[in-house]
Amino acid sequence: MAQLKYAFFLGCTIPYREASYEISARKVFDKLGIELVEMPDANCCGLPVDPANHEMMLALSARNLCLAEQQNLNIITLCTGCATTMRKTNRLLKTDKNMKDDINGILKQIGMEFKGTIEVKHMVQALKEDVGFEKIKNTVQRPLSALKVAEHGGCHLLRPVKYMGWDNPEEPQSLKDLIELTGAKCLDYLDEAECCGYTVIAIDDKVALQLTREKLNHVKEVGAQALITVCPSCHLMFDVNQSRIERAFNETYNLPVLHYTQLLGLAMGMSPDELAIKELRVDPSPLLQTLQ
Amino acid sequence: MAQTTATETTKNVQPSRLDPSFKNEVLKEHDGETLKTCFQCGTCTSSCPTARFSDSYRPRTVLRMAQLGLRQKVLSTPTLWLCTACFTCTDRCPQGVEVANVLRVLRNLAVKSGEVPLIYKELASSINETGYAYKIPEIRHKKREETGLPPLPKPKSADIAKLVELTHGTRLLKR
Repeated sequence: MAQLKYAFFLGCTIPYREASYEISARKVFDKLGIELVEMPDANCCGLPVDPANHEMMLALSARNLCLAEQQNLNIITLCTGCATTMRKTNRLLKTDKNMKDDINGILKQIGMEFKGTIEVKHMVQALKEDVGFEKIKNTVQRPLSALKVAEHGGCHLLRPVKYMGWDNPEEPQSLKDLIELTGAKCLDYLDEAECCGYTVIAIDDKVALQLTREKLNHVKEVGAQALITVCPSCHLMFDVNQSRIERAFNETYNLPVLHYTQLLGLAMGMSPDELAIKELRVDPSPLLQTLQ
Repeated sequence: MAQTTATETTKNVQPSRLDPSFKNEVLKEHDGETLKTCFQCGTCTSSCPTARFSDSYRPRTVLRMAQLGLRQKVLSTPTLWLCTACFTCTDRCPQGVEVANVLRVLRNLAVKSGEVPLIYKELASSINETGYAYKIPEIRHKKREETGLPPLPKPKSADIAKLVELTHGTRLLKR
């Protein structure tokens, strides 16, 4: 089988706040034989400004698609927001000629043209469809059988269905399957598919933090020892903001929140240091001890 | 509490305040055309994560106000900005209304009328200056080098500024 090779789209939130996700992903991808090609000229996917200016989002997003087209590579992202945004733009420009002409009129001014020759996938979709469960399972050297976790895929992993559509957002299964490949048990909990609240934290932090708090409550209630995420923004809410929520609502969680790539890396036999686990805000050391 | 907005909205609908042409502005935008098929079942509001914790944000109400032509009220209400863009409403709508996208169209119109929450000015300005939604501090670049990560992408600033200008993003920039 030809080696898997993608244009690696990093986005903004990961380099800004969530380097541990990138570090662990690069290690894990390497082990899986996935080659990442850097995109040295890439810009923001555009999602952050979509609420204020849709056309600006489309143009920014399309510029990244053009860069990957020039590299003749499909894009892989770690952020669900980047994935849903660029998939949407890609699909719209591939299917709506008027929109494509409009955006190409803009791109022409910077010497670019959208052609529609590549695809965009979030890591979870790529792991499921391109790498395959069998190959991932074969890399597991230290099954995490002692561990019970819960998953939070995040809205943009699977919504809107129109542009994502590779798993059911009402009953998401792919991330659970990927978690169970590590040997850990993935528990069901109430309102699993609910939003983390990140996108409105700058508008109304009370609403945002209550959403996160409710999810943390539901995850704790089923006895999960950790929460597993696949989006830097969701991770910010559950990990970085966890102590803030504890203070605001007089709760105690102590719930470690790991990027899926860290969980998989541990199962592959990598050390916590290699996976930048010490960068997590909620101390995962009790969890790591149960694995020894 | 939850009924405050609905009551106020109904109470405030006075023919003199309606702008029947407003809906046409929404309908002509991409995804905005789906506003016309909303029959007010409320699936969006009952699916909405924000609505559960906000006293004022109800997507169904916003859509109805837009259909009626309550231009000023829709575009100036701060709750317009409380949509998390989770798209649950959109995926569940039995009428195929692109609820979250209609909300986006309305927010885009609000921006054109001068209503822009500060955060969007910050995000747009940062993109305009650096290509990133957040200004990545120098220490992060250094840390990447120390950890052996490749340097961060550095998008051509002239390209980004041009895209911002051509898409009328300049009205979002901080002055």
